Amino acid sequence: MFIAPFFIIFLIFQLYPLIETFRTSFIYEISKGHGKKAKVIRTIGFDNFKEYIFGKNGTAFWAAVGVTIVLWLCNFIPQILLSLLLAAWFTDFHNKLKFEGTYKVIMYLPNIITAASLAFLFYALFGVNGVFIEMFKALGAKIPDGGLLDHGWYSLFIIAFIQFWMWYGNTMIVLIAGIMGISPSLYEAAMVDGATGRQQFFKITLPLLKPILQFTLVTSAIGGLQMYDIPQLFNAGKPVVNFRGKNIDSTTTIVMLIKKYLIGTTKNVGRASAYSVVLFFITLGVSLIFFFATAEKKKK
Amino acid sequence: MSTVSVNYTEDKRAKDITKVVRTIICVFLCILSIFPFYMLIVNATLSHEQVLKCRTFYPQGMISGFIRNFKGLNKWCKDAQTIPIGKAMLNSLIVTVPTTILQVYFASLTAYGIVVYNFKWKKAAWGFIYAIMMIPTQVSIIGFIALCRKLHMMGTWWPLILPAMAAPTTVYFMKQYMEAGFSVEIVEAARIDGANEFYIFNAIALPLLKPAMATQAIFGFVACWNNLYVPSLILATNKKTLGTLPMFIEMVKSNDKQRNWGYIYSGIFTAVMPILVAYLFLSKYIVAGVALGGVKE
Repeated sequence: MFIAPFFIIFLIFQLYPLIETFRTSFIYEISKGHGKKAKVIRTIGFDNFKEYIFGKNGTAFWAAVGVTIVLWLCNFIPQILLSLLLAAWFTDFHNKLKFEGTYKVIMYLPNIITAASLAFLFYALFGVNGVFIEMFKALGAKIPDGGLLDHGWYSLFIIAFIQFWMWYGNTMIVLIAGIMGISPSLYEAAMVDGATGRQQFFKITLPLLKPILQFTLVTSAIGGLQMYDIPQLFNAGKPVVNFRGKNIDSTTTIVMLIKKYLIGTTKNVGRASAYSVVLFFITLGVSLIFFFATAEKKKK
Repeated sequence: MSTVSVNYTEDKRAKDITKVVRTIICVFLCILSIFPFYMLIVNATLSHEQVLKCRTFYPQGMISGFIRNFKGLNKWCKDAQTIPIGKAMLNSLIVTVPTTILQVYFASLTAYGIVVYNFKWKKAAWGFIYAIMMIPTQVSIIGFIALCRKLHMMGTWWPLILPAMAAPTTVYFMKQYMEAGFSVEIVEAARIDGANEFYIFNAIALPLLKPAMATQAIFGFVACWNNLYVPSLILATNKKTLGTLPMFIEMVKSNDKQRNWGYIYSGIFTAVMPILVAYLFLSKYIVAGVALGGVKE
C-alpha cells in the first residue's frame, strides 16, 4: 500500500502527540529537585482547566488570547482590504497597469523571507536610533522616551504591521487567481447591460469570490492563532498595556505562553497542555465554521 | 459629432488619472517592500557608530565594510557563546534538504496511491487527509515532545525531519495536480508490460509529476528553512551545536552581550541573502504556485 507510510508517520508523530497532549492536560506534574523519584505525577481531572483557564490564574491565558486576537485583527483587516483593492486593479482589463508582474513579485517578496530574521530587522529599524524612528521624527511625530519597542501598544502595532507587510502580497495573489477564475462572460453581460466598474465589482466579483475570501479568512485565522516568531523576537523588553487596571504583556501570544510552561524554570506540563487543548478546540471551531459555510454553498 | 469626441477625451483623461494614481500607490507599496532590505544591505556595511548616527543611507566601502562586520560577528558569536552563523546555516541545510525530499516524495506517493488505486477505504482515507489539513502542529507540541523523549530523539534532528513524510497539504496539492493532468492509462499500459507497481511509480509517474513536485519542493523548503518554533523546543538543550538559522537569529537577539549593530546587520544579511537570491530566480514559479494553492475550494 502506497499510502501506508503517510498514515504510519501521521499516527506516530501527529495523532499520538495530540492524544498525549489531551492526557497530560489532566495531570499534575512537578519536579522537586532532580532525578526521577523527585517527580510527582497525579491525575487531577479538570483541575488544570479550572485553575489556569477559568479560575483566578486564568488572566495570563485570556490576556494571551486577547493579544493574539488583537494582533490578528490589526493585521488581517487592512491586509484583506488592501489585497482586494490591488486584486481588483490588477484584474481590471479596461485599465491595465504596466509592470503588473513586477509589482506582484515585489509585493510577495517579504512573505518568503524568514520571519525571525525580518522581525529582528524591524526590531533594529524601529529601535531607538533606527531609520524608521528617525523618519518619524523628521516627519514631526512625537516619540515617547525609551523608544517604541518597550511601549505596549506601539510594539503590538509594529508586530501587526510586520504581519500585514509580510502577508498582503500572498493574499493578493490568491485573490487575483480567484477573480481570474470567474467566467468572463458574466462581465461581458454586465457591460452590455451598462454596469459600471464599481457595480461589477460589488455585484459580480465579491459574491463569487466569497468561497476564496472564506478560505483566506480561515487559513489566516488559524495561522494567526499560532503566531510565534515575530512576537517572540519583540518580547525582550516585556512591553505591557493597561487593560481594566491590569498590566497585560502585550507581546505574549498563546503559543508563546505554552512554550513558557513547557520548558525551563516555569515548567508545568499540565498547565501548558490545558492551554494547548483549548487552542486545539478554538482552531477546530474556526475550521468547522468554515467547512459548514462552504458545505452549505455546495448544496445550493 | 463634436460632443462625442469631447466625451471620449474626458473619458480617456479620467482613465489616465486613475492609472497614474494606481501606479503611484503600487510603486509606493513596492518601495515599502524593498526599503527594509535596502537598509539591511546599507547597514551591513556600516560600523556600529555609523548605524547609531543614522545619517548614512548608502553602502560604505561595500564589500570591505561587510567583511569587517562579518568577521566581527563571528568573533562576537564566539565571545557570546552562540552558535557561529556558518554552522547554523549548514545545520539548517542539513535539516531542510532531507525534509523537503521526504515531504515531496511521500506526498506524491500518497496522492498516487489514492488516485490510481481503488480500495475499500479510499474515500475515508482521502476525507481523513482533507480533515487533518487544518490542524496545526503547534497544538500537539506537548505530546510531540513527550514522544521524542520516549524515542530518545530530543536534541536530535530526527523529529524535525521524519514528520515531513506526512504532510497533508502537499498530498492535497499533488492529488489536485494528478487528477487534472495524469492519465491512469499509462499505469495500466505499464502493468500489461509487466512492470511492478513500485517501479511504475518511480520510473513512470514521478517524472510526469515533476512540475508539481518542484513547486511543492520550493514551498516545503521555505517553510522548513524558516521554522523556528518546533526546532527551538526540540533542540533547546543543544542549540549551540545543532541550532538552525532562525534559532541563531533568536540567540543573537536574546543575548545579553553588548550589541554591535554593524555586526548584527551583517548577520541578518547573511541569513536573508540565500532565500532572497533564490527568490529572484524562482519568483515566476513561486508566484504561480501561490496562485495555484489558493484556488482550492
